[in-house]
Amino acid sequence: MTGAGTARGAGTPRVALVTGGSRGIGLATARLLQESGDRVAITHRSTAVDRAQLAGGAGTHDLYPVSMDVCDAASVDRGFSQVEEALGPVEILVAAAGITRDTLLLRMSESAWSEVIETNLGGVYRTVKRALPAMVRAHFGRVVIISSVAGWLGSPGQANYAAAKAALGGFARSLAREVASRQVTVNVVVPGLIDTDMSAAVPERRREELVSATPIGRMGTPEEVAAAVGYLASPHAGYVTGALLPVDGGVSMGL
Amino acid sequence: MDDEAKFDKFRECAVEVLKVEPTQVTREARFADDLDADSLDLVELVMALEEAFEIEVDEAELDGIETVGQAFDLVAGKVA
Repeated sequence: MTGAGTARGAGTPRVALVTGGSRGIGLATARLLQESGDRVAITHRSTAVDRAQLAGGAGTHDLYPVSMDVCDAASVDRGFSQVEEALGPVEILVAAAGITRDTLLLRMSESAWSEVIETNLGGVYRTVKRALPAMVRAHFGRVVIISSVAGWLGSPGQANYAAAKAALGGFARSLAREVASRQVTVNVVVPGLIDTDMSAAVPERRREELVSATPIGRMGTPEEVAAAVGYLASPHAGYVTGALLPVDGGVSMGL
Repeated sequence: MDDEAKFDKFRECAVEVLKVEPTQVTREARFADDLDADSLDLVELVMALEEAFEIEVDEAELDGIETVGQAFDLVAGKVA
């Protein structure tokens, strides 16, 4: 019987890897999984990891930091191997690593374009591909990809970012069909304006515009996004795959 | 390694990945009809064979392969 979450019962510690897990939505997600008892690796590239933030509440496993450049397949492979050795095969992959290089298209350089596409889209390809064989073999896996409402609403100055984030929808749904028979689910969380370092870099006037277009009328928190990721990664979500789940205060309703 | 040893190794991979009985893995067996293998099963099998035989198989080489015998010949041809 391979139905309704029998492959992995609730409460069994699972092994998760969160790319971009050293801050923002990635860190909030890593914390949520950690607090639910999972063994969680976080990848980082741009920031040094603050060791003090690795510990969780009583009875939890410390976050396991691993250096990984998602633009480099060899680095991805090394990082996964390190995690597999320390924690075991990755059962939950949360792809949250992402960057912005904002500028109007008229001024957008080849490097601003390619760095964002290579990190935000290529990085997901590389990490998911590396995680997949073990999931397919185990007949269990959870892939949760962090997109952005910018991919559907459009966002001036972010043609590169929005293109990559929208592409993740087609990527996820194709993969969801490929691996559904192995009880590997692939879903996309689509955050709106969330209070992180990344959104702090958005000009204040643009942030205010977005908040005023948001029915709930405020920015979201990384924890509110993490809760959606946590659900999709949970045994309860075994019948949800290929879904795009907005966590955006209602700003994308109807799209 | 002679052909018989290679086929034994091939059969081991097929039994493990496709969850079939060793006796089902004959040269004439068709992956889809006789071994109930879907496209993902075949990808898994190719990956297992690549690892077991330390070879690399290109996507294009898999076109038109429908039977165990055809797949085995492809693999055996690559093993020194």
